[in-house]
Amino acid sequence: MAIQVAYIRSLFPILHQEVNGKPLVYLDNAATTQKPRAVLDALTRYYEKDNSNIHRGAHTLADRATKQYEESRETVQKFIGAREAAEIIFTRGTTESINLVAKSFGPKFVQKGDEILISTLEHHSNIVPWQMLCESQGAVLKVIPITDAGELIVEEFEKLLSPKTKLVSIVHASNALGTINPVKKIIAAAHAVGAKVLLDGAQSASHLDVDVQDLDCDFLAFSAHKLYGPTGLGVLYGKRALLEEMPPFLGGGEMIREVTFDKTTYNEIPFKFEAGTPSIAEVIGFKSALDFILSVEKATIHAHEQELLTLATELLQEIKGVSLVGTAKEKIAVASFTIQSMHPFDVGQLLDAKGIAVRTGHHCTQPLMHRLGLEGTVRASFAVYNTVEEVETFVHSVAQIARLKNK
Amino acid sequence: MSSIADIQNEIVSEFEILGDDKESTIFYIMELGATLKPYPESERKDEYIIQGCQSKVWLMAETEEGKVKYTADSNTDITKGLISLLIRVLDQRSPQEILTANLDFIQRIGMGGILGSQRSNGLAAMINQMKRYALAFQTQQNA
Repeated sequence: MAIQVAYIRSLFPILHQEVNGKPLVYLDNAATTQKPRAVLDALTRYYEKDNSNIHRGAHTLADRATKQYEESRETVQKFIGAREAAEIIFTRGTTESINLVAKSFGPKFVQKGDEILISTLEHHSNIVPWQMLCESQGAVLKVIPITDAGELIVEEFEKLLSPKTKLVSIVHASNALGTINPVKKIIAAAHAVGAKVLLDGAQSASHLDVDVQDLDCDFLAFSAHKLYGPTGLGVLYGKRALLEEMPPFLGGGEMIREVTFDKTTYNEIPFKFEAGTPSIAEVIGFKSALDFILSVEKATIHAHEQELLTLATELLQEIKGVSLVGTAKEKIAVASFTIQSMHPFDVGQLLDAKGIAVRTGHHCTQPLMHRLGLEGTVRASFAVYNTVEEVETFVHSVAQIARLKNK
Repeated sequence: MSSIADIQNEIVSEFEILGDDKESTIFYIMELGATLKPYPESERKDEYIIQGCQSKVWLMAETEEGKVKYTADSNTDITKGLISLLIRVLDQRSPQEILTANLDFIQRIGMGGILGSQRSNGLAAMINQMKRYALAFQTQQNA
């Protein structure tokens, strides 16, 4: 089904504005997506009608807030195909989700001499927590190499796997290059040596079908704000058996069963991992974001974004001085590039002056940039509400900027 | 030699001609960067680097007859333009003049709005480094 972009755009208030005297062209969706009216309304409605602390409230508002909060958990469960809602833990974001696993799963399951595998494509959020864990446990971090096109070298990954591998923590789709990794294959291979797999779904959850039972990943981490939802909210999916074995991450309210000064017993999952008052409004708003995605259908969104990516890729390739960075066969809608003799930061500011929002720099993937011999790139990333005309405006502007130094 | 205040007024009136067109203003800043005298490759050392999140600046200083001479470069054209403005205002002045200079042209041009917060922070870091050099030379002179 073709996408009704004009209708979809009408659902996003923020898109209808001028920036620096030009209509806003928002192509920084891999950093964060904009929010549809339904999400904004859900946040407002919550604060206007239902604001109350959840769980164990003896009054109507608390009951309403709790009901909506838990409904949202069930929506997330269905969205990623988890067996049960208790396997969905709300966090502050992908980064916190990964850190939760590193701090809780880590010390229990990773010991001296054990190995953790990540890839060259990882975001700093999926590097640093493991470096910290390896340092504290005396474990070893190993890195799966990539080709110049930005694809994982699967044979090298297989060589790195061994009975020492306790965890493979890998990005589903690269934020800097767009590469989609063959994660199903990776997960099966990791399981064959007894390793667990954490999937960083920050970039994939909004673009690809992510079914945790089909993929059979042990953990999945992603952020609401990249799926048209509120900021400051993330999800950690984990298989029940693992989550039950893992110790709590933070101590405090919500996560306890009984506290005495001698001993505290912990609540069951998911509450064991949700210490303190959570981001109630954001969780409730997130349901509206997921409902929006489901109403358009992921396959339709994916097809639309791929059309934009194909167009952008074809047109950018024709511009003198422009080099595409990341040319994997399977990509999410991310077009990363450099312009000969121009710094990405300057390109970004010139595009901004034309009302076009892109991201520039190392995209929190310094080791990847180092591997590619680059300081950074300019990255345009597309979402459901972007149009063919916006891609054309963007490419036309890139061409104008490239001509400054590439005559 | 014109005073620091006079040069700042000159710069402000040059930018006023550009009006509030952000794109032309950025192009102009980039052109100014091209006027910066070449930075000696032998001096491209880490000790001269002012590291920003995205752009990198090399800034050296020496004194000649009690005046501070700056040499600088950057890996981005916009930042080069900004350095060239700072050098135009502060080069060949005594440490005392540099230390007491009130660089209000940046605010008067509305540079924060043109450049955004990342570049503005970078600009502040460059000014601090230029003043730090001046302070070091002043301390030497007074010793």
